[in-house]
Amino acid sequence: MISPNLSAIFYLVSGILFILALRGLSSPDTSRQGNYFGIAGMIIAIVVTFLSVGNFSSSLIYVIIFLLIGGAIGAYIAFKIPMTAMPELVAGFHSLVGLAAVFVAIAAFLNPAAFNLGSIGNIKLASLIEMSIGAAVGAITFSGSIIAFLKLRGIMSGSPVTFLGQHYLNLVLGIGIFVLIYYLCKTQSENIFWIVITISFLVGILLIIPIGGADMPVVISMLNSYSGWAAAGIGFTLENTALIITGALVGSSGAILSYIMCKAMNRSFISVILGGFGADNSINKNEKKDQKPVKSGNAEDAAFLMKNASSVIIVPGYGMAVAQAQHALREMVDKLKKNDIKVTYAIHPVAGRMPGHMNVLLAEANVPYDEVFELEDINNDFANSDVAFVIGANDVTNPIAKTDPKSPIFGMPVLDVEKCKSVLFVKRSLSPGYAGIDNELFYRDNTLMLFADAKKMTEDIVKNLD
Amino acid sequence: MEIDPFIFRLSIFILSIFIGYYVVWSVTPSLHTPLMSVTNAISSVIIVGAIIAALAGSSENIFTISSSFGFIAIILAAINIFGGFLVTQRMLQMYKKKKDKKK
Repeated sequence: MISPNLSAIFYLVSGILFILALRGLSSPDTSRQGNYFGIAGMIIAIVVTFLSVGNFSSSLIYVIIFLLIGGAIGAYIAFKIPMTAMPELVAGFHSLVGLAAVFVAIAAFLNPAAFNLGSIGNIKLASLIEMSIGAAVGAITFSGSIIAFLKLRGIMSGSPVTFLGQHYLNLVLGIGIFVLIYYLCKTQSENIFWIVITISFLVGILLIIPIGGADMPVVISMLNSYSGWAAAGIGFTLENTALIITGALVGSSGAILSYIMCKAMNRSFISVILGGFGADNSINKNEKKDQKPVKSGNAEDAAFLMKNASSVIIVPGYGMAVAQAQHALREMVDKLKKNDIKVTYAIHPVAGRMPGHMNVLLAEANVPYDEVFELEDINNDFANSDVAFVIGANDVTNPIAKTDPKSPIFGMPVLDVEKCKSVLFVKRSLSPGYAGIDNELFYRDNTLMLFADAKKMTEDIVKNLD
Repeated sequence: MEIDPFIFRLSIFILSIFIGYYVVWSVTPSLHTPLMSVTNAISSVIIVGAIIAALAGSSENIFTISSSFGFIAIILAAINIFGGFLVTQRMLQMYKKKKDKKK
C-alpha cells in the first residue's frame, strides 16, 4: 500500500503523459511516440490504483480476470474493425466510457465508504453533486452514442426524427435533472438517484435522434466532449488528478473538434443540436428538378480525359467510404503518376462521417500523407488543374454555397472544383446529397457524370488506363 | 482559513482545459480521427474508479451490488483502453508506412 500523497503524484504523472499523447498528434512523425506515452500513462494509473487500494484479497484475481476479458474484447475489435467503420467504432467506444462513468457513480453511491465519501445516506454534499453530474453526463453520453452508433451503422435511418415540442421536452427534462439533483442532495434518496440516471438516458436519446446523417461529424465530436466531462465529474468525486486532467483534455478536445466541424459547415452549434437539417428541404427541391441536360460518360471517357491531363485533383467523400473504393482509387492514381500526371487529394473538413475520416481511409490505401491537402491549402489549385475527380462527395463541392443566399448551405466553405477545366463526378445517381439540395455542378458543360458504384467505376477506369 | 482541497482540484481542472485547448489546436487535421480514438482510450482512465469499487468487496462477499457495478465498469473501460490504444496504433502505423515508402 502506498501513501495517498505518493499515488497523487503518480496520477499527476499519468495525466502529464496523456497530455504528451495528444501533443504527439501534431504531426504523423511524432504521433506513434505519443500513443506510447498514452499507454504508459494508463499503465501507471492502473498499477498505482492497485497499490493504493492495497487490498490483495481474492477480489484482486477477479479484477484482473475482468480486466483481461475486456482487454481481449477490445483488442479483438481493434484488429478486426475495417477502417471504413471507424465512425461507428468511435461512437461505440464513447458509449462505453459513458456507461462506465454511470456504473462507477452508482458504485460510489451504493458504497461511499470505499471511496472515502462518507456513509450511505450521509454522503458528502460536494461528492454527491459531483457524482450525480458525472452520472447524468455519462448516461447522456451513453444513450446518445448508442443512437449515433445505430445511425452510422445504418441500423437506424440517418434521417432526422423530429416531433412537435421536442426542444421544449428536452428543456423540461434538462431542468428536471437539476431540480432532482437538488432534492437528491437534500434527501440522499436512492430512488431520486435512479430517476436522475433514467431521465439522463432519455435525454441522450432525444438529443441525438433529430440530428441527420451529414451532421454526424459534429455529433461524434460532441459526444467525445461529453465523455470527457463525464470522466472529469467522476474525477472530482474520486479526488483523482489523472481523471480530472484527462476529463478536461478530452472535454476540450471534443469541443474544439465540434467547433471546427460546425465552422466547416458554416452552421452554428445550436442549429446542429436542434437538428432537423436536411429533412424538409429535400421534398420541395425534388419537385423543382426538371429535366436539365446532363452529360454522362463511361470509364473509357474518364480514362481518356485523365490520361491527357497534366494535373488531377481527387476529391473523396463519404461515398468513397461506403463503396470501399480507396484501394482502387490508389491504383488509379499510381497509373496516372506513371504517365507523369500530378495527382493530389483535396479533403473537405466534413467529408465523411467524422473528423479526419477521409485521411485515415487514404492512409489505409497507402496514399502518402503529403499528397493529401486540406481545403484551405488546395482550394486555389483547382483553377490551374485539368481534372477534378470527385468520388463520393457532393455537398462539399456545390457552388451554390457561394452564390445563393437562400440555400441551406450558403456560406459553407466548399471546394472550388468547378474551376477545373473538367470535372468528373462519380456518383450512383443524380440524387441530392444530405443537405437535400441539387448540385448545379451536375449540369455544367465541363462536368462529366460517371453513374456507377464508386469502386466499380474506379476499377473500370484503371483497366482503361492501360 | 484553510483553502478547501476542492479549489485545488478545480484549479487543476481549469488549467487542464486550457492545456487541452492549445494542445488540440496544434493537432494536424489529418490526424483528427486518431485524436478521437486516443482521447477515447485515455478517458477510460475512469477504470481507476471501477477498480476501487470492485476491490471494495470483502473476501467473504466479493460480489456485492456496489462492487458488481465496479466489475462491469472494469470490462467496459478495459474494452475501451485496449481497443482505443490498439486501433489508434493501427491507424498511426498506416500513416508511418507511407513516409518510409517515400524516402
